[in-house]
Amino acid sequence: MSAPALPAISARRRRTDKVMRALLLGGTGIALVPLILIIYYLLHKGLSAWTSSGFFTTDPNGNFFGSPGGIRSAIFGTLEIVALASLIAIPIGIGVALYLTEYGRDSAFANVVRYLIDVMTGVPSIVFGLFIYIVLVVAKVGGSSFAGWKGSLALALLMLPIVVRAAEVVLLLVPDSLREAALALGAPRWRVVSRVVLPTAAPGLVTGSLLAVARGMGETAPLLFTVSVAFGLSWNLNGVMNSLPAQIYGDITNPRSVVVTRAWGAALTLVALILILNVVARLIARRSRVS
Amino acid sequence: MTATEGPPEQTEEAPDLSLLGVKEGTGHSVKVQALQAYYGQQHALRGIDIDFPANEVTAIIGPSGSGKSTVVRCINRMHEEIPGARAEGSVTLDGVDVYGDGVDVTAVRRAIGMVFQKPNPFPTMSIFDNVAAGLRLTGTKSDNLRERVHRSLRAVGLWGEVKGRLGEPGTGLSGGQQQRLCIARTIAIEPEVILMDEPCSALDPIATLKVEELIDELKERYTIVIVTHNMQQAARVANSTVFMLDGEVIEHATTNDVFTRPKDERTERYVTGKFG
Repeated sequence: MSAPALPAISARRRRTDKVMRALLLGGTGIALVPLILIIYYLLHKGLSAWTSSGFFTTDPNGNFFGSPGGIRSAIFGTLEIVALASLIAIPIGIGVALYLTEYGRDSAFANVVRYLIDVMTGVPSIVFGLFIYIVLVVAKVGGSSFAGWKGSLALALLMLPIVVRAAEVVLLLVPDSLREAALALGAPRWRVVSRVVLPTAAPGLVTGSLLAVARGMGETAPLLFTVSVAFGLSWNLNGVMNSLPAQIYGDITNPRSVVVTRAWGAALTLVALILILNVVARLIARRSRVS
Repeated sequence: MTATEGPPEQTEEAPDLSLLGVKEGTGHSVKVQALQAYYGQQHALRGIDIDFPANEVTAIIGPSGSGKSTVVRCINRMHEEIPGARAEGSVTLDGVDVYGDGVDVTAVRRAIGMVFQKPNPFPTMSIFDNVAAGLRLTGTKSDNLRERVHRSLRAVGLWGEVKGRLGEPGTGLSGGQQQRLCIARTIAIEPEVILMDEPCSALDPIATLKVEELIDELKERYTIVIVTHNMQQAARVANSTVFMLDGEVIEHATTNDVFTRPKDERTERYVTGKFG
């Protein structure tokens, strides 16, 4: 029996394949250009700021001559504001997600909540800042006008829908068979949630929360209206504070080149902080028991 | 207590029926009367009456979709956990209606344990914690938690296989071991009745044999209801067998009668493999 005739690939198909591959590769290359440029400039300009003396250990001083100071107060300000925002947004967000997955399920109310959360995800960050500005800053709630905790609230509003959405996805991954196993043992629902569902979903919840924290950390607009900008290091969340995004915003328009360089250093610091959070989130996600 | 492997130990004390206010007795029977169950619009059980005698194994057989699982899920009120599902009629445990007013559903489920088709140990918990989970999840204070866990593991014949690694995750065990772990978890809370919903359908033949031997020993102490697709299994383990079709009980008789002298023609056709 002769071998069956297997025709060779036609020249037209070869050509099409080559052209399409080239187009896709080219597109990917174009997309990579701005990414690489950003990283290059951040490292190129930021590292020289990092190596200047006292960059991480001194606060901006506002002097017109001499050393402009470092970004210590901005780093600590960002950490304080974001920490408080996380303390507000993460427990509430996970609570809402628990309601949606464990209690509300497909009820009309739960679906309305889901819809509102989706709408909240799309609200521009500056709107949250404006909202807090009107209701808390202008009204001088708490005896201060601009204050760190008000910025935290604005960031928390921004982070809340992200936490809810991420947590809901993770909680839905917990198999129903585990809930049934616990319920069939005679466990009340709150114990099923606290002893079985939450521990099973924990790594994913941490990951989702950290990504929301990373997102909140880089936001500028909600802080400008609510925390304002300051130079000094402050531990008082009821007063104005410095923060990395605000520092970058203020420095980059400064006519002095050393100050502009400080903005690059602050930007690199911010990216580094967010990168660390992302890496930690990924490491925890890898330990996840539900996939 | 000696740490050697042996046959399951019979506990000295009488079963604690205080959970349901059931009066003390030697056995605990379940009676299902005029039970109707629905999934949304779907009418899954159309008026079921079954007596499950104390200290006996009752098998429920029937083709897929005949309502076998729904019956057992109605007995411990797991049926109502499914959105849109509801049940009517009565299920009584030693004469006490588990659907009665003021009956705590968690007490019902403590008294009527359940083993599922797929082994479902808690992935975040160790072997020890999995067995202890029933006690911890129900908030039961136990002075001798360790002893109860060890006793339960011995009762399911798992002690010898896991005694050196009680701290390891329960999900690290083989499928058959996981299923016996789940049975240990169920009997650790000392229920009156054990419902088994196709407990061996995810297991290999050797693991199945072990679980069947276990069922045979457990019936000394518990009333057992087992749903199975496997007619040989029903024939091996059950005292009596219920044949169900389309949400109705077609025949309930001793296992021997159901398989050798079925009264209903549909039963005969099913057990001889002509449909199903």
